[in-house]
Amino acid sequence: MNRLMRRTLALATAAALLTAAAACSDDGQTPPAGAEVPGVTATEIVVGTHMPLTGPASAGYSEIAPASKAYFDYVNANGGVNGRKITYKVMDDGYNPANTQTVVRQLVLQDKVFAVLNGLGTPTHSGVLDFLKTNRVPDLFVASGSRNWNQPDKYPGTFGFNTDYTVEGKILATHVKTAFAGKKTCFFGQDDDFGRDSLVGVEAVLGAVAAKEKYVVTNQNVAPQLGALKAAGCEVVVLATVPGFTALSIGTAARIGFKPQWVVSNVGSDYQTLAKLLGDGKVLLEGAVGASNLPSPLDLDDPWTAMFKKIHDKYNGSAPFNGNTVYGMSVAYTFVQALQAVGKDLTREGLLAAVEKNGFTGPGYAPFRYSKTDHSGYAGYRLTKIEAATQLFFGPVYTTDDTPTTPVTEYPTPRPQPPAVTLS
Amino acid sequence: MTRLRALLGASTLLRHLVLTALAGFALYLLTLELDPFRNFQLATVAAYLCATAGLTVLTGLSGQLSLGHGALMAVGAYTVALCQNALAEHDVTGNGVLPLSLLAGVLVTMAAGAVIGLAAARLRGPYLAGVTLAVAVAVPAATVTFAELFNSEQGLGVYVEPPPPALGPYFPNERWQAWLALLGALLTMLLLANLTRGRFGRTLRAVRDDEVAARLSGIDVARAQVLAFVVSAAGAGLGGGLLAVLAQSVSPGAFSLTLSLFLLMAVVIGGLGSLAGAVWGALLLVALPDLAHELSSGLVASSPGAAQRLEGNLPLAVFGLTLIVVMIALPDGVQGLLRRLSGRARRRLPSR
Repeated sequence: MNRLMRRTLALATAAALLTAAAACSDDGQTPPAGAEVPGVTATEIVVGTHMPLTGPASAGYSEIAPASKAYFDYVNANGGVNGRKITYKVMDDGYNPANTQTVVRQLVLQDKVFAVLNGLGTPTHSGVLDFLKTNRVPDLFVASGSRNWNQPDKYPGTFGFNTDYTVEGKILATHVKTAFAGKKTCFFGQDDDFGRDSLVGVEAVLGAVAAKEKYVVTNQNVAPQLGALKAAGCEVVVLATVPGFTALSIGTAARIGFKPQWVVSNVGSDYQTLAKLLGDGKVLLEGAVGASNLPSPLDLDDPWTAMFKKIHDKYNGSAPFNGNTVYGMSVAYTFVQALQAVGKDLTREGLLAAVEKNGFTGPGYAPFRYSKTDHSGYAGYRLTKIEAATQLFFGPVYTTDDTPTTPVTEYPTPRPQPPAVTLS
Repeated sequence: MTRLRALLGASTLLRHLVLTALAGFALYLLTLELDPFRNFQLATVAAYLCATAGLTVLTGLSGQLSLGHGALMAVGAYTVALCQNALAEHDVTGNGVLPLSLLAGVLVTMAAGAVIGLAAARLRGPYLAGVTLAVAVAVPAATVTFAELFNSEQGLGVYVEPPPPALGPYFPNERWQAWLALLGALLTMLLLANLTRGRFGRTLRAVRDDEVAARLSGIDVARAQVLAFVVSAAGAGLGGGLLAVLAQSVSPGAFSLTLSLFLLMAVVIGGLGSLAGAVWGALLLVALPDLAHELSSGLVASSPGAAQRLEGNLPLAVFGLTLIVVMIALPDGVQGLLRRLSGRARRRLPSR
């Protein structure tokens, strides 16, 4: 024991000396080594994202990241951006905010990504805003329309992609006001910022709705809520739901003999995703109104859809070609545009400045709102309607902002033509 | 020297204090060497250790099963979140505030543990499992029911002060987090080790091995069982609170039934009999999902579709498989194996 004590003491002394040496290096006072940009080398740009590849929200959404990746594969095959190939790291968070925390830390601290691109989900992404800010990681094109992303003072590196849910609510409600005038309108939404922001927009135009209900993604039983809406005599129901819950709501409503006019938020209104989820029940979707910025995957005459389809067939062929695919490719297209705008000398500051400068064009009907003071995504939407098993656009493109009093106006500028696609 | 030796031999507290100080010192050196992500993982291990150590005392020593420890962690986490945010709202900030919030988290969780413990003292085996299972389901659901306070499934952000300015402007935040969590874990281990070595530990073991015999020797069985639950809840509360601080957010998804099951599996795999087993359990809780992710990303190259289906489900499978293998090959867990190995090595060495 005596010998053990002496050994312990010797060990402790050695350790104390070691610490003293470590303390002298004083890494708290000097900036982390190397001025090079994380995730960027002469030949590569590493970007990461978090997506629900599994879990209650994975229906449809799990197809977005592979589509973005396919577009990057196409860009890489054509030489990349300024000689750099894009590596896209996709992490599954199962739409669980706790998992998002871990996977985003892994992306930033371990994989050292240059930027986080298109992280999906309002509840999930809200939890990592502070972490990304502290580490000065550009947080581009968040896949959600929460107004949270538009806080340039608080989160200078975060930018949204979707039209924000309040703007969307206003546009959907304006359509309800004119097309279904005098009908009893109700609201069913997700119990987080998604549902709440949407309701704010709807009520800004229509005034208080006749009835409102909410759901959480971990509870698959929505019969009580839809029963309540039926009991309230709703004739029009605005849905702020993710795809799985749009299908669930429409299916459940049909089972209890409730068939209102459905008006569905963009994130949960892709026809092919819903039809796949509903199976034989897809006839229930007929007449449903939705909103979108991006060309319909069914309309191969659209030049942008045609371009994306060509790339999809070559690089993502085993996956279905639907609204999620078009969405994922549009995100990737916009990101490549931003990278090109920065130029050869790629830095995080340069990237943020390029996005704030805006000037992006692309497949979207409405323009992006990006500026120094505005970090929200698209400024508006075009409405869609499901008829004879296909989803078609109708009417003009509408834009507006979050302020309740700002009217919804038409946006006349047409989209430009896409660049020519050369597939090797 | 001999006097020191006698002192260490006689005083359990002193021996544990010396051991804790040495472990703390070694871990401090470790945090200086690790990169930020590994430090974050180390901090997560430390936070889980508070909970697994508590669960080891409950299940290993007093023989009571709990499927609700994830929910108790949620109680601690939400208490810390609400305290931190309320204090920040009233401009009470600074690094001295966090220990207060953590203490509040521990106290509230102990109260919750006492309530469950009172029920548990009257229940045995599957009935006890049922009650604690109900807790594991009910607590996350409460965040949806009282959405005004807990913000439903989106959860709450947690106000956390950055590392003290004295450490320098470029001090890695993750190292600071690791220090906080390790301090909590060392304190938990010290207190629990002391408690279980003493009279309380003997009482619990007596209750576990034979309730009737314990009662005959004058032990208040129900009291001992409730106390075990309270002590164990304190560990879970601290662990949950630390997790909230590490993630700077709390949400019910972080404390689902799966977590409760994982915690139990972790302590069983680690080795139920001893607190050292809890360390292995906590390590596994962080390492196994990581390993599963590596596995599934290895699959991406060969078959993207299968990888996508496996991602997220794989950790559960890996955990289950590990549990089965450990149960068959090492009935007393990783720590049991180590004990047997070291015992064998000692026997082989020539006696001095």
